Amino acid sequence: MKSNRILTMAQAISEGIAQEMTRDSSVFVMGEDIGAYGGIFGATGGLLDKFGKDRIMDTPISETAFIGAATGAAAAGLRPIVELMFVDFFGVCMDQIYNHLAKNTYMSGGHVKLPVVLTTAIGGGYNDAAQHSQCLYGTFAHMPGIKVVVPSNAYDAKGLMIQAIRDDNPVMFLYHKGIMGLPWMAYFEGSSNVVPEDPYVIPFGKANVVKEGSDLTIVSISQMVQKAVLAANELAEQSIHAEVLDLRTLVPMDTEAILKSVRKTGRLIIADEDYLGFGLSGEISALIAENLDTVALKAPIKRLAVPNVPIPYSRPLEQFVIPQVANIVLAAQELMLKKLPLLAAL
Amino acid sequence: MQVGKEKLLWMYEKMVQIRYYEETMASVYMEGKLPPAIQKGLAFDIGAGPVPGEMHLAAGQEPVAVGICAHLTDEDTVVGTHRPHHFAIAKGVPLNPMTAEMFGKVTGLGKGKGGHMHLFDNAHKFSCSGIIGASMPIACGAALAAKKLGKNWVSIAFFGEGAANQGSFHESMNLAAIWKLSVIFVCEDNHWAISVPKTKATSVEWVADRAAGYGIPGIRVPENDAIQVFEAVAPAIARARRGEGPSLIEIKTDRYFGHFQGDPETYRPKDEVAGLRKNDPIPKLAQMLKDKKFMTLEEESRIVLEMHQLVDKAFDFARKSDYPSAHDALQDVFVNGHKNTRALV
Repeated sequence: MKSNRILTMAQAISEGIAQEMTRDSSVFVMGEDIGAYGGIFGATGGLLDKFGKDRIMDTPISETAFIGAATGAAAAGLRPIVELMFVDFFGVCMDQIYNHLAKNTYMSGGHVKLPVVLTTAIGGGYNDAAQHSQCLYGTFAHMPGIKVVVPSNAYDAKGLMIQAIRDDNPVMFLYHKGIMGLPWMAYFEGSSNVVPEDPYVIPFGKANVVKEGSDLTIVSISQMVQKAVLAANELAEQSIHAEVLDLRTLVPMDTEAILKSVRKTGRLIIADEDYLGFGLSGEISALIAENLDTVALKAPIKRLAVPNVPIPYSRPLEQFVIPQVANIVLAAQELMLKKLPLLAAL
Repeated sequence: MQVGKEKLLWMYEKMVQIRYYEETMASVYMEGKLPPAIQKGLAFDIGAGPVPGEMHLAAGQEPVAVGICAHLTDEDTVVGTHRPHHFAIAKGVPLNPMTAEMFGKVTGLGKGKGGHMHLFDNAHKFSCSGIIGASMPIACGAALAAKKLGKNWVSIAFFGEGAANQGSFHESMNLAAIWKLSVIFVCEDNHWAISVPKTKATSVEWVADRAAGYGIPGIRVPENDAIQVFEAVAPAIARARRGEGPSLIEIKTDRYFGHFQGDPETYRPKDEVAGLRKNDPIPKLAQMLKDKKFMTLEEESRIVLEMHQLVDKAFDFARKSDYPSAHDALQDVFVNGHKNTRALV
């Protein structure tokens, strides 16, 4: 079926869920305000009308109970999709997420299968302050047992969602609020794109080269991919050719794609909206460091991420701590001028 | 619901098996953990011996497990606690792989990756968790699945009285009540949350009374007695099977050992356990069976011998089994052959 229809990321996610629910009667959705409201961020829009309240289940505000129930239902053979409204709320249910959902498969020697998709909203940029603006995908990727999916656009989101539902393992599906295409929040328009109507999957662990370039690599994920593309367009006007890599999933992570790109360009910026310390940007830097025998860096690695402070409320403060397009452009310009002093001395 | 001869004998056999299992484990567990075999200066080495790590034994609490599980089939789910052996045995988890798991052997239920607090047996729909209060949400999920599949299966969430002060207790009771889930919440009140007595930690004398706050039946079982448990829980199980929703049962029971093996138990009166053992539910049930002519002396001896042999065989199986190879640690993070090498990062 040929179609040029453009969907928002929220519409694409909801369409992916609907198609899988139609195909597989064991799939159902639980969460707060996912029914009549359609999900606070629209990820389950229209599903209640299509599937009814037995499969689209509004829950009480009891994340421990209903996320734990997802684990129990999955162990019993169903395929629950369960929504944690904001990732920041993980504190009230982390025991069920991390001590049970993520570990029971391993502790059972692989005998317990837990096909749960845990959807959650991430990201800042709209002044919601420290308890509603974090990304935290690095936190979940750090701890073994959950696959971590973080789409940057509608096309990817649908394919990754269908893949997530079909996966026999726990998958966290983290969608950035600022790319969902909501009518009540400014978003990056690049995130709404052409989405085929037929179901399709995007495999996990396959990064996407969003834009090819030869001078430097920008590795990114989620909304930051959209910022990286805008930065790369600006840089192109200055004859700096940036390659933009969208990791799409953190667990598993496409390390080969990162190495391949950096081997080609010799320069690396990691643009990340999660915290700087002990996170994604450090992980990728370590990957490069461990492969310096086959990667010839022309300049030091540059990490752009949220400095280790909670996300502040006030607009100038928030805009300062979250990396912006201008920060990526500036970092790229500086990187082009830098050299590795030890190499230069040889 | 009157309990018949067959069920009574089943409960007796299982209680004998559980008690002997726990006593055997108490002894085997101490192998290699005491001076002079351990590091100088230590009185006890928790990580040494054939069964390392923490060990929580349930001797004294057998009536809870058998009184409930006597109502269940393989299709019903049981989610146990950090003190899980009596539940597992009563639910029919096979002793050999269960014991091998505690020895950390490759023949264990979880190939040695779980240990005694994390026993998973899909065939008997049994699991447990080392986290206080964690059984309840998961049991809700199993009941939700039964409901969606159109089955009258029930699920049992066992938890201690200490767990009744966890958020998961309140969230799960409410969720199960509004969705009419076929969960039986079973509180084992053994009076002690490690060292803290219930009187100092819990706002009500009976956790079962909290059921009223969720609009569901609360049932008190005041005696550590398998028959009382069996009869008291019967209406709750029937209600759940009819799809009318959950119930909360509280059973007064007794913990004969410490919270964990090696627990100095400085917090409880020295003669408490001796007093509790005078009310041991196993000889009481044996006497009742003999009084009712349900069991002869010879049959009693045969049952005890058979149950002991089963346990001895399981320990022997566990000892003789192989350890996993070290690299097996990298497997099973995910199912379907997803290798957990560093490339997965």
